[in-house]
Amino acid sequence: MAKEKIVEKEAKAEKKEEEGIAEAAEKPSEEAELLAEGLAEQTPEEALESAAAEASPIAPKKEEIEPQESHISKQVKSISFSILSPKLIKDMASAKIVTPELYDKEGYPVDGGLMDIRLGVIDPGLRCKTCGSKLKECIGHFGYIELARPIIHIKFVNIIMTLLKATCRDCGRILIPKNKLSRYKEILDEVEKERGIEARRDKIKDVITNLKTINKCPNCKARQKKITLEKPTTFIEEEKRISPIEIRTRLEKIPDEDTLLFGLHAPHVRPEWMVLTLLPIPPVTMRPSITLESGERSEDDLTHKLGDIVRINQRLFENINAGAPEIIVEDLWDLLQYHVTTYFDNEIAQLPPARHRSGQPLKTLTERIKSKEGRIRHNLAGKRTNFCARTVISPDPMLELNEVGVPNIIAMKLTVPERVTAWNREYLKKFVEMGPKKYPGANYIIRPDGKKKKITDETKEASLEEIQPGYTVERHLMDGDIAVFNRQPSLHRMSMMCHRVKVLPGKTLRLNPAVCHPYNADFDGDEMNLHIPQTEEARAEAEILMEVQTQLISVRYGLSIIGCVQDAISGNYLLTKNMELSKNEAIDLLAAVGIDNFSKLPRKEKVDGKEVFSALIPDDFNFTGKTRENEEVTIKDGKLVEGYMDRANLGEGSGLLLRNMHKRYGKAFTIDLLGKIFRLGIEVLLRNGFSSVISDTDLPENARLKIKETLDNARKEVDHLISEFKDNKLDAFPGKTLQESLELRILEVLNKARNETGKIVEDFADQGSHTMIMAKSGARGNLLNLAQMAACVGQQAMRGKRIEKGFAERTLSSYKRMDLSSEARGFISNGFKTGLTPTEFYFGSMTGRDSLMDTALRTPKSGYLYRRLANAMQDLKVEYDGSVRDSSNRIIQFDYGEDGIDVSKSEKGLINVKRIVKSVG
Amino acid sequence: MKKKFKTDKHILIPKHQKLSDAQKQKLLEKYNVSVKELPRILKTDAAISSLGAKPGDVIKIARASETAGEAIFYRVVVDV
Repeated sequence: MAKEKIVEKEAKAEKKEEEGIAEAAEKPSEEAELLAEGLAEQTPEEALESAAAEASPIAPKKEEIEPQESHISKQVKSISFSILSPKLIKDMASAKIVTPELYDKEGYPVDGGLMDIRLGVIDPGLRCKTCGSKLKECIGHFGYIELARPIIHIKFVNIIMTLLKATCRDCGRILIPKNKLSRYKEILDEVEKERGIEARRDKIKDVITNLKTINKCPNCKARQKKITLEKPTTFIEEEKRISPIEIRTRLEKIPDEDTLLFGLHAPHVRPEWMVLTLLPIPPVTMRPSITLESGERSEDDLTHKLGDIVRINQRLFENINAGAPEIIVEDLWDLLQYHVTTYFDNEIAQLPPARHRSGQPLKTLTERIKSKEGRIRHNLAGKRTNFCARTVISPDPMLELNEVGVPNIIAMKLTVPERVTAWNREYLKKFVEMGPKKYPGANYIIRPDGKKKKITDETKEASLEEIQPGYTVERHLMDGDIAVFNRQPSLHRMSMMCHRVKVLPGKTLRLNPAVCHPYNADFDGDEMNLHIPQTEEARAEAEILMEVQTQLISVRYGLSIIGCVQDAISGNYLLTKNMELSKNEAIDLLAAVGIDNFSKLPRKEKVDGKEVFSALIPDDFNFTGKTRENEEVTIKDGKLVEGYMDRANLGEGSGLLLRNMHKRYGKAFTIDLLGKIFRLGIEVLLRNGFSSVISDTDLPENARLKIKETLDNARKEVDHLISEFKDNKLDAFPGKTLQESLELRILEVLNKARNETGKIVEDFADQGSHTMIMAKSGARGNLLNLAQMAACVGQQAMRGKRIEKGFAERTLSSYKRMDLSSEARGFISNGFKTGLTPTEFYFGSMTGRDSLMDTALRTPKSGYLYRRLANAMQDLKVEYDGSVRDSSNRIIQFDYGEDGIDVSKSEKGLINVKRIVKSVG
Repeated sequence: MKKKFKTDKHILIPKHQKLSDAQKQKLLEKYNVSVKELPRILKTDAAISSLGAKPGDVIKIARASETAGEAIFYRVVVDV
């Protein structure tokens, strides 16, 4: 109840204020006074407060009471849209344009031309003839031209069409009986009250479409003729053209009260205003001309188009006045219609677009606004920023995970503003002294009044003298500064994270390979963006909400999204699986990783790799988990006592170890530890050497024979199946044809054979080979890849079937028709090392091309799908009561995700209450 | 006699239930919303045909949920 009252009060205050503004507009001289009054009315509490402060005896000095800035706060209550009336066009215009000429011989704008100086200034030094202000101060003023004959406005063609069809051609009334009119209006109001303005529009559409078929006016009984639209702008009534003049007179006849049923609101919008008699000329400030290097002027597309309109319009005037034959006048009229139409929209389907002399289409009003390069998506929704950088990225595992390596040339361009105080004055002076060319220097100083001054060799001395508290120095980027790092497409929040700057030589941005995964980055030429927050608030926000360690645990699946990759995994695998080092080696390794406390290493000559790894882990950490091979991993009191490290524990998206660590010791510790583990793995490989060689795929003689045997057997079995099929002895699977059943059986046999060869490779290949180590630790590749190299590539499939297309009833012309044998349908029995036969290679490239096409086509498709999804959900928000709501506070979900659980703070979406109780008690 | 099919008895249809006025008030209070901010359900929806719900009534729906086991939803009955 009380709330409503307040709203009412506000509304009243508003009304008063609006009146005030209206008055102010009328009497500009009194503007200031009235505005002051408006202010008092707007915020009565404030006024009261200040008055009380003045009256109170302990009021401080007078200067302090007076507000430093006068805020005029206004609330937009409603916006009304309407169509410009001829009167308004004339009233708001400051010049009438009569000649298509732009400049006279001296290059000065012609009076009454399209570049008339009453329309605003675009040349520096000149003053606007209308408002007297200079360039950039004057926003420009409209002009107008008087059209010799009325012209249909292309954007209103459809509305004009419905208006003509649904009103009487004789009396101008809407084709609804007079007595029923008010009933219709009531219905519309009801609909609007119940289901909003959208529904009202739909209802209007309904009503109007029903009227279009009526052929007798219910008011004056006049017969209605059939009207068709010949696109784009010609209206035909029973084979006879209706001229725009006629259309305009018909629209004029529609009474104000009837317009409501068309969704128009006379007198704000009169139907006849959709047929132009006056055309507003936009100010020159929105169509500035460019002066080329040669001194020549190049006009804007709009100016060109307007020039055409004015020229044809003048000719039409002259011809009409001279009493030229009707045909000539009509031709000119049509031409004028064409120019005005293309002036509004140059992409009308039925019209050839107006072109430059060079042949490229003009960019007129509609093209300026719509689509991706238009004003809305490009300029309003597409924001651009300063203080950012973009280059190629490259890896540097010696950086911390939350660091980003910034090239020094970039560090000298990007700056951080630092406010001068009495305490840091000397510190900041040093930057100014270095100047903009030496690192670490400063590029600008900003005076307290906001004036920016560039530091150069000449101004350096003066700037140094000048600096005092209140000034701001824009110093070069330095180690430890905050930066936001981003890679497109920014699909989730981890695509933009906050890093610490580390200034490095070189020309690429550097990042730790462990954070590639959240960015989905690799180093095959990827580029990334860097942004430097410029205020304390922005820096704090970036640090608290976006820094890498805060994003460690994914909000999607609750596991670490950052983990060891590639060499870091193989290295730790080798170290913890089975490695013995001398004490010296162990210490060297740990020192390289960045550990200086070696007390955790046991006091003996030979140290186990597990013990080296344990040196990184805190003493009170306990963990049990599984390796990829399902072996037990145990960490007891900070010591790896059983098992070894592989991707299952260290990798991204799988590391339960990392999650527990995060839960126990927090984000900062985990990220630091992860960096150390990563470097440990790399250092191990660095010391031992690690590379994949062709001989890794070598198999002993007996293994090769075994593989040959399994493949031969498979081939025989397939042949047997085929002969059975031909003899009609094969049983069909339920719901499948005989042919399909055969295919399924063959596929099964061949797949089994391939898997067997894989097994043989796994058993006989050198277990210590680096390729095998990578596959086993999960660092890169899998056993299938190895088997494909060493033994057999396997069946090539397209759309889940063996290859069948190509020639008539065969895959390649080198096979007999209807050949169903394994090799004729894309089974590659050779391994990559042995080499493929030409036909095998061809089958391989078929599937290769197919998958290439598939990915190339799928990426943009899923990208657009995601864009639509993101746009639809962008303002959904989880409220404090756990419900998900949209921007108008409507409930979408009563509990976020139906269970109200934050996945990143739970275990697989569950909360382990038992454990929590245990850990607390 | 042919057995008549009842939608609301089907195993795949979650349980729909009409809220009493007191329950409705409590719900609106809990989320601090008006009826307008609730999700909607058509009066003609087959699942509530046997409930005899009028526009403005609130229907409680207990759905099987992958994440929560059972999730409670509320929808307000609307006309068309």
